[in-house]
Amino acid sequence: MNVSSVKGSMSISSSTSTWKAGDTISDQFPAGLRVLVVDDDPTCLMILEKMLTACLYKVTKCNRAETALSKLRENKNGYDIVLSDVHMPDMDGFKLLEHIGLEMDLPVIMMSADDGKQVVMKGVTHGACDYLIKPVRIEALKNIWQHVVRKRKNEWKEFEQSGSVEEGDRQPKQSDDADYSSSANEGNWKGSKRRKDEEEETDERDDTSTLKKPRVVWSVELHQQFVAAVNQLGIDTVPKKILELMNVPGLTRENVASHLQKYRLYLRRLSGVSQHQSNLSTIISAQDPTFGSLSSLSGLDLQTLAATGQLPAQSLARLQAAGLGRATAKSGIPITLVDQRNIFSFENPKLRFGEGQQQHMTNKQQVNLLHGIPTTMEAKQLVSLRHAAQSVGNMNMQVPPPGPQSSQNNPLLMQMGQQQQQQQSRGQILVDSTINHAPRLSSMGQPILSNGMATNVSSRNGIPENIRAPGYSQTPSMLNFPMNHASELPGNCFPLGSTPGVSNLTSKGAFQEDVNSEIKGSGGFMPSYDVFNDLNQHKPQSWELQNVGIAFDSSQHSNSLQGNLDLTQSALGQQGFSSGQMNGHNRSAAVASKAVFSTGDVKELRSAQNVNQHLNNLLVDNTIRVKSERVCDTSPANIFPDHFGQDDLMSALLKQQESVASSENEFDFDGYSMNNIPV
Amino acid sequence: MESKHVHQKIAAMRQSFFDEEVLDEKFSQLEQLEGKDNPNFVEEVFTMYFRDSTAFLETIEQAMKTIPIDSIKVDNILHQLKGSSASVGANKVLKEVNKTRQVLGKGNLEGTKAGILELRKEYDSFKAKLEPYFQLKQANSVAQEK
Repeated sequence: MNVSSVKGSMSISSSTSTWKAGDTISDQFPAGLRVLVVDDDPTCLMILEKMLTACLYKVTKCNRAETALSKLRENKNGYDIVLSDVHMPDMDGFKLLEHIGLEMDLPVIMMSADDGKQVVMKGVTHGACDYLIKPVRIEALKNIWQHVVRKRKNEWKEFEQSGSVEEGDRQPKQSDDADYSSSANEGNWKGSKRRKDEEEETDERDDTSTLKKPRVVWSVELHQQFVAAVNQLGIDTVPKKILELMNVPGLTRENVASHLQKYRLYLRRLSGVSQHQSNLSTIISAQDPTFGSLSSLSGLDLQTLAATGQLPAQSLARLQAAGLGRATAKSGIPITLVDQRNIFSFENPKLRFGEGQQQHMTNKQQVNLLHGIPTTMEAKQLVSLRHAAQSVGNMNMQVPPPGPQSSQNNPLLMQMGQQQQQQQSRGQILVDSTINHAPRLSSMGQPILSNGMATNVSSRNGIPENIRAPGYSQTPSMLNFPMNHASELPGNCFPLGSTPGVSNLTSKGAFQEDVNSEIKGSGGFMPSYDVFNDLNQHKPQSWELQNVGIAFDSSQHSNSLQGNLDLTQSALGQQGFSSGQMNGHNRSAAVASKAVFSTGDVKELRSAQNVNQHLNNLLVDNTIRVKSERVCDTSPANIFPDHFGQDDLMSALLKQQESVASSENEFDFDGYSMNNIPV
Repeated sequence: MESKHVHQKIAAMRQSFFDEEVLDEKFSQLEQLEGKDNPNFVEEVFTMYFRDSTAFLETIEQAMKTIPIDSIKVDNILHQLKGSSASVGANKVLKEVNKTRQVLGKGNLEGTKAGILELRKEYDSFKAKLEPYFQLKQANSVAQEK
């Protein structure tokens, strides 16, 4: 485990300690992991059960999706992870995946004999945290526990964030990057890991950190109340209003915010599923502008955009026009889609590149936005992406070396992208360069990335991806509209709400695509983006100012951030669009990040960032995030640091991903060096 | 040394499966999953596999006779067969399944029919090889228990 790399994780120790203070370290972990496996083929089911038992997991098998769902519903906390086949007679595996994400927010791994990229991508976009190709090897099963841990980690962070807004001390902790004592982290991690392993997660959650808020379980009734409130107020409302209208004692704005994010993503997904790909592209291109307007961007807009098939230019235009709030959120998804497109179809890249010019123009604005805000967004995105990536399990997001387009993406983004990539390396998501154009968030955010994908995705590692979807990362996790996690999603506070991926990355994986960006945005952080965007770009994006309210209020922070961002921006700006040189971008991004980091928040960010995140990205994200987060009630940043004591986790995860490991090393992102960016 | 002789025979049979590539390493992985608690695990798996696959193949053959041919249905079943054959290590069967699926994917129905014939042949041959193997194994272990 690279302690240094885990810079961000340092503060985690503080948080983790709260989490795991009394954990007895069990050597059995991950033994006892409760797995639910669903497959309609009895032969496969039997073999899987046997293999899982051999891994010392506690296995429950189902041969029908309906049965699985009812089992899960009966015993919400009775399972840690779900393995599901894609092709099932009574219900499509992806549908099941969505349901689980929404209702239970458990990590879900998809399996199939089908290894076609499309299908794997679908898994990613739907929020699966991994994708295994049949015949499934026992070795692959031995590692599934990582998804559980990863998710927990993210959730913790959310809790922390929401709970520790008031705590200024968190930040300080984060700031001392130096002291990411690996041992402390390790201890924490181990404890936490063990914890997870030993007991029901709920126990852990409840008794650990004081900051941690009790998980809010979004029961059917509660959700209905929520939906009623949203219908009354309109989907573009603010969590605060919803909260007031719902009038549920004990429910916090953060809970509502994160839940709202997920819900929006879910809706988007419902309406935009078919348009995913197109949306992605549009989103990606539109990412910039959309960041601010995550929430506002409706799936429909994207769809329309998507329909046109013109990704970059049109989407951008539209997005801007629509003030896509969703954009960010979408970026999460779009990116994946885009990636998909890029990956699978050569047109997109061309489109992108060709359009790049146009996009540049349009993107510029958008991008600029990013520049200004990039840090936050990116940071967030990265974070979210990270989560996504992590959770995804390693989709390899390959971002094709962004050509002109990438340049658009702020260098920061690029960095972020890189980071994300790194994160992703776990689950590298193939992100096409096209995606790069758009804030990578999406790619990152997709926790869905599955290992399976990783194999397919080759290492594009273009940074672009990372950059793109800062928000994405969040979405994946966020999406899961899992009610229970509502509380967990501090997303609300994420200044970068727009960075969907970033803020709440709890890699829920369920609706990764949309959720992340959206949720985050709704989290209230959209504003930050908006703020920045507006500041920087004068973009019309209409981010939900209401959400932004939070961010805006804290404009002070944003100002400070702005300052940084501006710096970044200018730095980036020059480089950003200059050429499709990723390098250049990266550098500028690096520069930008540096500027941003100089605020000293870097540390915080770092800590906030999941260990897995490449520090570079983290730094960027963190700084921004931290700032913006301060604004929010729940400083996500704070939360992150706490989770960093995950050296162990990191290392464990890193080990898992050998390929990733190499990229992970980039964590040593001291000087925001762009080295991480695999230009 | 009857049991020894039988033992050798069983081992030889098994080895021949690998040599002929009728079985692949997935099969050995399954064997490793066997233990004292479930000494007949592999056999149970194969019993299930044969039962389901026979039914699948019959369904496919029926489907290929109807007019018009429901290619989606056929493809779905082939997909199922692919998953289970891969999981048990039925190497040659899996290859035939994949080949047929490809042909079907291109819309070549005649080719698909031919592919299914081949698949049927391969599958029957596979079943004919494995079943006696398991029977012998079972008989041997029973004999040894005595």
